[in-house]
Amino acid sequence: MNIAVLTKQVPDLVEGVEIDSTGKAVDPDSIRYILSESDDHALEEAVLLKERTPARVEMFSLDTGEVRDTLCMALAKGADRVVLIRTGLETLPSNHTVAKIFASVLQGLSFDLILTGVRAIDDLDGSLGGLLAGYLNLPYVGLVRKVEMADGTSMAIVQKEYPGGYAAELEVKLPAVLGIQAAEQPPRYVPVSRLRQVMKTAKVEEKETTAPEPETVAVERMFKPEEGMGATMFSGTPEEIASQIVGLFSERRLVR
Amino acid sequence: MGVAQVPPLPETPGPLFPELASAEEKFRQCIQCGVCSGSCPMGEAMDFAPRRAVKMLLEGRFNEVVESNTPWLCVSCHTCAVRCPSQLQISDGLFPALRAAVMAEGKAIDQDLQKALQNTYLYGNPMGISPKKRAEWAKTAGVPVPIMSQLRRPVDVLWIVECNPSFEPRGQEISKLLARILNALGVDFAILGPEERCLGDCEWLAGERGLFEMLIERNIEILSKYKFREIIMTDPHSYRTLLKIYPFLGGRYHVQPVVAFLAQRLDQLKPLLKKKLNATITYHDSCCLGRKTSHYEEPRMLLRAIPGVKLVEMVQNRESSLCCGGGASTIYLDRYIQERVKDRLADRRVMQAAATGAETLAVACPFEPARFEDAVKVTGNEQKLIVRDIIELLAESMEIA
Ligand code: SF4
Ligand code: SF4
Repeated sequence: MNIAVLTKQVPDLVEGVEIDSTGKAVDPDSIRYILSESDDHALEEAVLLKERTPARVEMFSLDTGEVRDTLCMALAKGADRVVLIRTGLETLPSNHTVAKIFASVLQGLSFDLILTGVRAIDDLDGSLGGLLAGYLNLPYVGLVRKVEMADGTSMAIVQKEYPGGYAAELEVKLPAVLGIQAAEQPPRYVPVSRLRQVMKTAKVEEKETTAPEPETVAVERMFKPEEGMGATMFSGTPEEIASQIVGLFSERRLVR
Repeated sequence: MGVAQVPPLPETPGPLFPELASAEEKFRQCIQCGVCSGSCPMGEAMDFAPRRAVKMLLEGRFNEVVESNTPWLCVSCHTCAVRCPSQLQISDGLFPALRAAVMAEGKAIDQDLQKALQNTYLYGNPMGISPKKRAEWAKTAGVPVPIMSQLRRPVDVLWIVECNPSFEPRGQEISKLLARILNALGVDFAILGPEERCLGDCEWLAGERGLFEMLIERNIEILSKYKFREIIMTDPHSYRTLLKIYPFLGGRYHVQPVVAFLAQRLDQLKPLLKKKLNATITYHDSCCLGRKTSHYEEPRMLLRAIPGVKLVEMVQNRESSLCCGGGASTIYLDRYIQERVKDRLADRRVMQAAATGAETLAVACPFEPARFEDAVKVTGNEQKLIVRDIIELLAESMEIA
């Protein structure tokens, strides 16, 4: 069985994100990129599958940020091949463009399962997986939290999350695209010595892509949430803020 | 009792992590006396207490030991190591090696610990906060806290603030007070600020040797950029590591814990200690300042210098002090340990403190106020005992708090 894991790096919110002087984009100098969290889960699920059934795991990553560490980490976790997709783009493109890039990279390759994170911080509506499946003309299931193989490699049984604490088991004909919500276990830890060892010998393949078409949706303005009518902003030390909140609650008779 | 001078620089290079194979010969000198297990505050909860673990390893029952709870329950209190008649490095050698073995085999480790290690890899601190924010606390210190990279001149004292006192609220408050004390003493000091990274004590003891080496390389590189006469440190764990382990990898510094640095300046400090505190205080020897580096007297000298302080001792003090239960990686394994241990060490220790009749438990390690305050609540001593860092007590008496 062949599994493709498609990943991208997103701005690390811990390091903070600034809006640039045009007010239309994130300032690239303010950003440090890290692997998108649910993509990390997609990789973990692929490696877990490989541990249960013989499989080959190949990871493909877009080239925003420092990707080599992430790709080496994937090799250390159990990926068999890692490929850096050279887009020549400085910032993360829209999901339509990402989906087209991934689709073009997978063109002519044969995979039974294509896993990607169900969402990312720049894709909270989780459109990437569905778009990609559309371009590849394959079935898609999102919010997946468990993948098992049924009958060799022609069918997978996947668990999908529903609201209200429900889940459903679905049969999916392969090949298929799956949007991973969470792997069955948290992504594994790779000791730094192991990572450094892998880095010394790692082979990271690169694949050029043709320049993507211009974006059809343009960002007009990017901004932080503004104080609206009816919003009360608290400030001060934690103790002061706490007493302001308590004060507000008792004023509104929410507590006595 | 004399004050420790700037300690001599260690000369002898030695193995950092005696691998189990190379350590085997050394551990053959184990006479199976059982002193380690008898001294171990966690022995009862361990699947195999240290003596038994050593025996099993020598018998080749490696997997049983590695898969047991033993590697993760040792709190690195070092009691076994200072008492072992064969001077075997149980806490610094054997246990980190066992934990490293768990990781090397790709076995899952505790999630809280994993998060702390990942954060340290990414951000240089276990909390996962941007290193850019390291010196935020200094903005409200009320006195200038110069940052090395901006100062562009040599300083007398480089203060390595470390993670907890840089990022945790209580630790930050204590850092501000220490800055004021240094200022009042006219010390020419600076901090590293955003360039500072975790020194790696917890990572090393957790068995994450690669991460530890990565941190050491980076820290030695940063420190080599600047000129300073000596280093002072707030966190005893990091102090111990910088003092005893860094020299093996080329990082030799004159380094002191803050309590020793202040005790050396007691003559200058005494006239500033104006306010009478009228408190009965008992002092908790942290493992890293006590058993590991023998700073037993300086903290007590500082406390006795405060007017109105009566110092009383707990049953277990100095060399036999009971660990707070948060040494090494166990600071991140609270949940794991709580599921396996009936009486938490911090609770036991707080009961000892309460039994002295003291109303203040004084500490000199940034992890302890939070740990012991929690234990004070759990053991129902809330009205009786408060936990205060020596820095807080000094600052109060100096009326700069
Ligand atoms: S104290 Fe030392 S010699 Fe005695 S059993 Fe423990 S390891 Fe062996
Ligand atoms: S260091 Fe302390 S907790 Fe660890 S084995 Fe030795 S005595 Fe026990």
